[in-house]
Amino acid sequence: MNDDDIEQSFFKQHISQRFNTELEEIHSRVLSMGGLVEQQLADAVTAMVETRSELAEKVVTSDYKVNAQEVELDEECTEILVRRQPTASDLRLVLAVIKTITDLERIGDEAERIGRMALHFLELDRQTAPISELGEHVRGMLHGALDAFARMDVEQAVRVAQQDIHADSQYEVIVYRLMDQMMSSPEAIPRAMDVVWTARSLERIGDRARNICEYVVYFVRGKNVRHTSYEQMAEEATGDRH
Amino acid sequence: MRMPQPNDNPGNSGGVAARSSLGGAELREGSDTVEGEDHRPQPAAAPGVTRAPEIAAGHDAEEPTHPTKVDVRGLNLWYGETQALFDVSLRIPEKDVTALIGPSGCGKSTFLRCINRMNDLIPSVAIQGQLLLDETDVYGPDVDVVQLRSRVGMVFQKPNPFPKSIYENIAYAPRIHGLAKKGAEMDELVETSLRKAGLWKEVSDRLSMPGTALSGGQQQRLCIARAIAVNPDVILMDEPASALDPVATATIEELIDELRSNYTIIIVTHNMQQAARVARYTAFFHLGEVIEYDDTDTIFTNPRQKRTEDYITGRFG
Repeated sequence: MNDDDIEQSFFKQHISQRFNTELEEIHSRVLSMGGLVEQQLADAVTAMVETRSELAEKVVTSDYKVNAQEVELDEECTEILVRRQPTASDLRLVLAVIKTITDLERIGDEAERIGRMALHFLELDRQTAPISELGEHVRGMLHGALDAFARMDVEQAVRVAQQDIHADSQYEVIVYRLMDQMMSSPEAIPRAMDVVWTARSLERIGDRARNICEYVVYFVRGKNVRHTSYEQMAEEATGDRH
Repeated sequence: MRMPQPNDNPGNSGGVAARSSLGGAELREGSDTVEGEDHRPQPAAAPGVTRAPEIAAGHDAEEPTHPTKVDVRGLNLWYGETQALFDVSLRIPEKDVTALIGPSGCGKSTFLRCINRMNDLIPSVAIQGQLLLDETDVYGPDVDVVQLRSRVGMVFQKPNPFPKSIYENIAYAPRIHGLAKKGAEMDELVETSLRKAGLWKEVSDRLSMPGTALSGGQQQRLCIARAIAVNPDVILMDEPASALDPVATATIEELIDELRSNYTIIIVTHNMQQAARVARYTAFFHLGEVIEYDDTDTIFTNPRQKRTEDYITGRFG
């Protein structure tokens, strides 16, 4: 489904124009919430890597905006369920939105957590270097997942989901490297733990970006590919609709 | 202290083991069917989603499908020159609820009326094809239509009790069919029928009151009790709750749910949420054809045909 398809075939064909508008609205609001979360994540990683406490502070104090958007979208979805009793692809869209905003809100929480830890770093620390690469990778995943959601593009969703393999392996590398450091210089443990927790948060963000990709497959194909292998997900996503 | 691991969350587990029952039944399109083929919705043998066994085990397993009660093969129907049903093929399972949905004039009520030959009453109707009830052709030369209609009861949109007492509404048909004699035996049959229809408690002390004095919802349950009294196999319901308020509608739906274990129920409804609530299987009719027939869940969450999707989501077809 490309950009035109979702515009043309999905949001404009209901007999009820208002229903078209409501669905279009929740879809586009997910993207604006996604944009905010992307910014929070970018700021949190930058704050951590570049030791910018004012940016870290901004991330921590801005999380409420993400939470507020989640609550509002949740209410809009509830209203659609009550008023429209959506079925088929309409129902799948509303469910995909409800699930996506939950994951986005949790990504926002992870960004806030990273921001709080960044406040502990008062000077540049070489231990944070690997965070930069993992942070960049999961930011790319989140961006790709939101892009797939915007266009309801299953092929992109599958590609982005598979990038989670790399996020997981990067995370493992970071953890083992830091364990080495902690064993050799115990005085570095408190700082190293912050970096481990940051890496952990980023790894979880990768998982959540993958979840969003799975909701895209659910919406487009009607297949629930959660808790399946990447191969299975790719097969379901690219195969016939049924 | 345990180090956090990348695969801590189940979202990352790539289990490939048990097969879940997701995936829906094969398409059952009236116009594409082969005679003798099984037209019941079937649990999918093919594309499913594999999951780790502990997750797959928690998924609802597809229950075995009941045997076919009504087997329709290539049914065509004309009102004079106008064809109203086109090559309809459906296998309707026994002792469960099947809903027929579709826009006005799509042929769903016409089809329903074929099952107990109600269309015989319209002189210009011509029918071609096979409609088997327990493997006996309903349109066969030896079929006694009165007997047929005692086996295939019908409930209409508007409650239509006889202008007689509540008791007589129930007793009338069993008496004609010789199912019960007067007195205690008939009393028992009346009580049983009213109990099955969930009406006994409300009317047991006023059985001699006219049936027409009951509320709309009660009248409809009286009509269901009247249908049950002759011990039918199949109950056809043509929009049974469309003239009722939400509470009476919920009562009728609850009753349908209770009756499903003993009767084959086929219900025509314009209310799609009602079909979704009461029916295990749903057939979508459009312009006299069966477009799609499948598990109700599949029809309402992931229909195969665009025409079904357009109809149930309220899009321009």
